[in-house]
Amino acid sequence: MGVIANKMGLQVNPTAKESIAKKINTQKNNIVYDTKELNLWYGHTHALKNINLEIHEKEVTAIIGPSGCGKSTYIKTLNRMVELVPGVRTTGSISYKGNNILGKTMKVEDLRTKVGMVFQKPNPFPKSIYENIAYGPKIHGIRNKKLLDQIVERSLRGAYIWDELKDRLNENAFGLSGGQQQRLCIARALAIQPDVILMDEPTSALDPKSTLKIEELVQELKKDYSIIMVTHNMQQAARISDRTAFFLNGEVVEFDNTNKIFSNPSDKRTEDYISGRFG
Amino acid sequence: MQKISEVKQEAIHVSEIIAQNKQKKNVSNLVEKWIPTILFLLASITILTTLGILYTLLSQAIQFFRAVPIWEFFTGAVLKPLSQNPEFGILPLINGTLISTAIAMLVAGPIGLMSAIYLSEYASEKVRRVLKPLLEILAGIPTIVYGFFAFTFVTPLIRSIFPEVGATNILSPGLVMGVMIIPMIASLSEDAMTSVPNAMREGSLAMGATKLETTFKVVIPAAFSGIIASFVLGISRAIGETMIVTIASGSSKNFTFDITQSMQTMTAYIVEVAGGEAAAGTTIYYSLYAVAITLFVFTLLMNLFARYISRKFREEY
Amino acid sequence: MIKQFDETQLKNRMNSRVRNNRIWKFIFFLSTLFGLFVLAILMIRVVMDGISFLHMDFLTGRLSTDPDRAGIMGALLGTVWVVLVVIPVTLIVGVGTAIYLELYAKRGKFKSFIETNISNLAGVPSIVYGLLGLTVFVRMMDFGNVVLAGGLTLSLLVLPILIVSAQEALRAVPGHLAEASYGMGATKWQTIRRVILPAALPSILTGSILSLSRAIGETAPLTVLGIPALLIPFPEGLFDTFTALPMQIYYWTLDSSLVAEYANLAGATIIVLLALLFLLNSVAIFIRNKFQHRY
Repeated sequence: MGVIANKMGLQVNPTAKESIAKKINTQKNNIVYDTKELNLWYGHTHALKNINLEIHEKEVTAIIGPSGCGKSTYIKTLNRMVELVPGVRTTGSISYKGNNILGKTMKVEDLRTKVGMVFQKPNPFPKSIYENIAYGPKIHGIRNKKLLDQIVERSLRGAYIWDELKDRLNENAFGLSGGQQQRLCIARALAIQPDVILMDEPTSALDPKSTLKIEELVQELKKDYSIIMVTHNMQQAARISDRTAFFLNGEVVEFDNTNKIFSNPSDKRTEDYISGRFG
Repeated sequence: MQKISEVKQEAIHVSEIIAQNKQKKNVSNLVEKWIPTILFLLASITILTTLGILYTLLSQAIQFFRAVPIWEFFTGAVLKPLSQNPEFGILPLINGTLISTAIAMLVAGPIGLMSAIYLSEYASEKVRRVLKPLLEILAGIPTIVYGFFAFTFVTPLIRSIFPEVGATNILSPGLVMGVMIIPMIASLSEDAMTSVPNAMREGSLAMGATKLETTFKVVIPAAFSGIIASFVLGISRAIGETMIVTIASGSSKNFTFDITQSMQTMTAYIVEVAGGEAAAGTTIYYSLYAVAITLFVFTLLMNLFARYISRKFREEY
Repeated sequence: MIKQFDETQLKNRMNSRVRNNRIWKFIFFLSTLFGLFVLAILMIRVVMDGISFLHMDFLTGRLSTDPDRAGIMGALLGTVWVVLVVIPVTLIVGVGTAIYLELYAKRGKFKSFIETNISNLAGVPSIVYGLLGLTVFVRMMDFGNVVLAGGLTLSLLVLPILIVSAQEALRAVPGHLAEASYGMGATKWQTIRRVILPAALPSILTGSILSLSRAIGETAPLTVLGIPALLIPFPEGLFDTFTALPMQIYYWTLDSSLVAEYANLAGATIIVLLALLFLLNSVAIFIRNKFQHRY
């Protein structure tokens, strides 16, 4: 795939941001992730049961459900971070733009380069703000100082935090507030221009004001990126997502347009959860 | 440079640059592939060390046991390596080792444990923060310095009170070794005692028990295996200690229980023979390996025993 | 109402119990001070013995049988040369082993075998390492009793300490830092080299300095290697014979029964050795405090 990308990169108009893979699979243009009959076990615990989900491009897909329902596990399967836990087994398939990411030929590093992730707790590196953003480009072999400067600026602008931080680029990222740290982490994910951004309860450790800023940011980012967001906060899902999946006990109970889910759910359990009867 | 001007005009295409870089990163792929092997080889050096020790001790000790029957060595009460008719009995050395260890533990055991009680149960956080690092200094002083102290200060001091004590004797190094081991026992016992849950203490204190009663009836029984483990490690340390006894206890190979006399420990014997004129290949030379393997087995058993006890202890709460 | 306890008896008993508590508290306190008391005497004794002999000529002078002319430059240089072997060897092998155990080795029998082996090695008496060095480095590899043989022997001796402290340092790096790196498509080694190691570095350095100070003070293995304290030329390389500060102290202490001033020379050398260790430990504490609470 890389070879093709390289060749195409020389021929195709460089302003087209879309990845090459997408052009090859035009017939699935709208679907980024197609999950089919996914099962996942942690040792003997059956954490995900027969998941079927289609995730669409340049939309915000929210994943809701009570704690322990498998929503975090699912999102971490999408960039195979779930493998950091020893003893994980999967069956079924998840195709990302036509390639099965659970297959043996998929290099996780390549996948994760295309699929960025933002975590529950802001996790900047104990480095300067600049180095935090430059980390991704650097590990992928970008050494040019001027180019790195541009990437840093562009990424911070993309996360709407440039104005706050432009004079503090050499300060340690730990000096930032929690909300700023999280937006820095989003900027860090943007630095390598992924196609998809996974967000695992990105606002759960933040105050309401910072939460609002992140939500606004997500609305902006959706123009260029496909976003999949796990959230424990149903209002948040209702406010910012286009589609919502409701997970319960490792199964997808319902997956539909957000409006439909929150106004007229077809499953009784979804209704119970949304109206706050459990979870 | 051309690339930069390009990206300045257009938007930056990081993802494409990255895709191109991925083609070139053969070197780092190679690194990624070989690193685990390299690290594994480094880790196996520790295993090689153990094998090296076993090989060294066994191969040379076998040479010794060709000349001296193993039974005679372990039951012989006479050690005269340099005599016309040399005799190689290890018992005088084991005797010297055990006596110096016993003296050391008589000092380090009670004082170490009482220090642990003070630090864990009585001392305020402020006092603890001053006393603990000071005790750690004691643990960080090289043993050669303790040897010097035993030989040039403690022995003359003892002799000024009891003139019949020899210029080299087992008592003085035993006592100094005890001081050296205090911090080890104090800190390990303290760890065991502080890990006793506070709820247990509170249960006792709430019934009107004093701190002393709580310490002896609740905390120490609960931390008992940890305390025992610290004593066993202290004993192992005393058995393996070399310089203090080498300097201050002399090299008499008499089988005696008189602590005012010079006695030789296993470790001191090894220093004497290795540093002496004994040529490689002689029975005397090989004898130090036979002594060393005995020492090695002694300390290994102690360490395994201590680990066994403290592992059991971990399951208690 | 039935009176269960006689009030006055209870009160008397209580008084004596409280008194006991107070008395024992004092005894426990004295016990804690005992070690420090001995430490103080030891220090005073060493300084009193050594200070009058501690002058510039002593530091820069060559070894001599004449106490007034004797110096420890040779021993100082020997210690420095040994340190130059110990630092790289223990850092590379120790940190490498710790990374392997914490980040690569799968949990299981092999890992626990290596870890058990390391903790057993930590309990092997230092003199046994001396015999290992004598047999393997001095005789088998035929280095002779040179800097390299001494340095490698001491490296093996302190390696278990360094490995365990480096493992703790690596374990203390929060997992979410590594996750962030993996999440951007970094490989395992990139994540270790650029995120985990830098975050663990201060603790690793602290542990490495502490194990180094253990190596500097060790005497027993060197006596077995046959390290002399004679009039030998200053060491200039890895394959030169050498002596070290603790060996110098050892020989002077032994011979102090022959020439009384040798005890003073030993005292002066001890001051130098302790000052060196104090310096190293201060650096370790400085690093620890400076970089604490970073995440």
